[in-house]
Amino acid sequence: MSDYVLPEGLPAPVPARDGLDRPYWEGTRRHELWVQHCPECGTWQWGPEWNCHGCRSFAIGWDQVAPEGVLYSWQRPWHPVHGALADAVPYTVVLVELPHAGGVRMVGNLFGDPMQPFAIGDRVEAVFEDHDDSPTPFTLVQWRVLR
Amino acid sequence: MGELEHSLRGRVAVVGVGETTYYKRGQSPDPEFVLVLRAILAACADAGIDPSTIDGFCSYSNDRNTPARLSAALGCDVIRYSNMQWGGGGGGAAAAVQNASAAVLSGSADCVVAYRGLAQGQFGRFGQGARSSTISGAAALTAPYGVMSPAQTYAMRTTRLFHDHGISPDTLKAVSLAAYHHAQNNPRAVMYGRPLTPEAYDASRWITEPFHLYDVCLENDGAAAVIVMSAERARDLTDRPVYVLGAQQGGPRRSGVAGHNQPDYVTSSLKPVIPRLYQQAGVTPADVDVVQSYENFTGAVVMSLIESGFCTYESANEVLTFDNLIAPSGKLPLNTSGGNLAECYMHGLGLVIEAVRQVRGTSTNQVPGAKVSFVNAGPMVEVVSAAIFGSAEVLG
Repeated sequence: MSDYVLPEGLPAPVPARDGLDRPYWEGTRRHELWVQHCPECGTWQWGPEWNCHGCRSFAIGWDQVAPEGVLYSWQRPWHPVHGALADAVPYTVVLVELPHAGGVRMVGNLFGDPMQPFAIGDRVEAVFEDHDDSPTPFTLVQWRVLR
Repeated sequence: MGELEHSLRGRVAVVGVGETTYYKRGQSPDPEFVLVLRAILAACADAGIDPSTIDGFCSYSNDRNTPARLSAALGCDVIRYSNMQWGGGGGGAAAAVQNASAAVLSGSADCVVAYRGLAQGQFGRFGQGARSSTISGAAALTAPYGVMSPAQTYAMRTTRLFHDHGISPDTLKAVSLAAYHHAQNNPRAVMYGRPLTPEAYDASRWITEPFHLYDVCLENDGAAAVIVMSAERARDLTDRPVYVLGAQQGGPRRSGVAGHNQPDYVTSSLKPVIPRLYQQAGVTPADVDVVQSYENFTGAVVMSLIESGFCTYESANEVLTFDNLIAPSGKLPLNTSGGNLAECYMHGLGLVIEAVRQVRGTSTNQVPGAKVSFVNAGPMVEVVSAAIFGSAEVLG
């Protein structure tokens, strides 16, 4: 599939057997972004943990959040660390902050030309990248700069 | 800040250091276990003790060479202390010395070796991505996006360092050039005889922006060992003991959280470690004569030096220049063996040994009259560590 930011062949994400991150990965399949949110103290939390690191509650739940954010940091790998990336460098990795979800951050790829102009602080929106043909179908969350 | 009530300051000392030949990755003629034995035996010879004297073992980063096996091979009668420092990378290099010191101070053991062996050619490489077809847990938040290697795990902190504090990439270059400069005087160094010019640095390929090839540590085979005993016993062995003034480990709040969500993102993780280290050691950054600052990546060195009090965010661009970072003339001599960039990547224990060597006065890039010597380990990983060594003069 040429529409993917990175070629097929990288490790496919599958929910952990313990179920901790299942709401997130199932959400991405529906093109929704879900993040842990504590009903006791309001803490937003990412990545998934068994309790709230704000108030220690084990009742930490999940909420759907708007799939948009602000570009917090980035890197551009040129050295392929995996065989699937041999012909895919450079690519741009972004760290996106979600101000409306307590400032949690998510790692993804910059959608489009890896050399396109962008800057820390740019507004970005999620692009849900479906890998339906994978033996274990999954959806990645990539990020597009809003111009 | 006052002195700590129960500081180890001056109560334990490094009596011996040992290293194998340092090899390029995959070039060791010896198995990793043999490398570790050779390093410990070299440290015993340096200390002037019989290897069977060792009764405690400390390592880190899940070292594969266990105390039980080492103790047997060294002909030791007893193991009184065995300790593994949790955490990845080289964050435990100074912590292993701390743990060894704690064992001696508590009366648990008398003669404790901190060691690390690496033969990446015989086992997995650090800079290589996951080989499995599926991935779960914390790694699933990064690996599918092509973020797998340590360099990729930590590059974005450096991007943000530049953004938040106006730090120039020239500081990273200065750190790299200083390491290579020092390695040219150090025959142990893997990069001995292979100088690096500013032009070659600039022209080098990107590993991942903002890191050039020369901003990233080596991958090596070898082993290193440091033997710690009580100050009293050390004085029986040598007239020039190198005292442990302080040794600390730690990390900031939620430093190990997944997916780049550390609340304080732009940090070496040393912030909570450093104030107590100086308090324990009874010195200030101004007292430090020479610094070994662990280079996994040069950006982490810049963060470490700032957070250890050797410059500020505001002064970093002026202080962290090649001329300032080289021995013997620089104001802040840094990584005087060549460090992880140009001597050997022995997960930081080589830097600990160089810090000891500076107090002994035997570095190949000796800082004249060095009395207080600082080393840190594993910046940016979850749990990091640092130590300060000093001569008898410092204790007064």
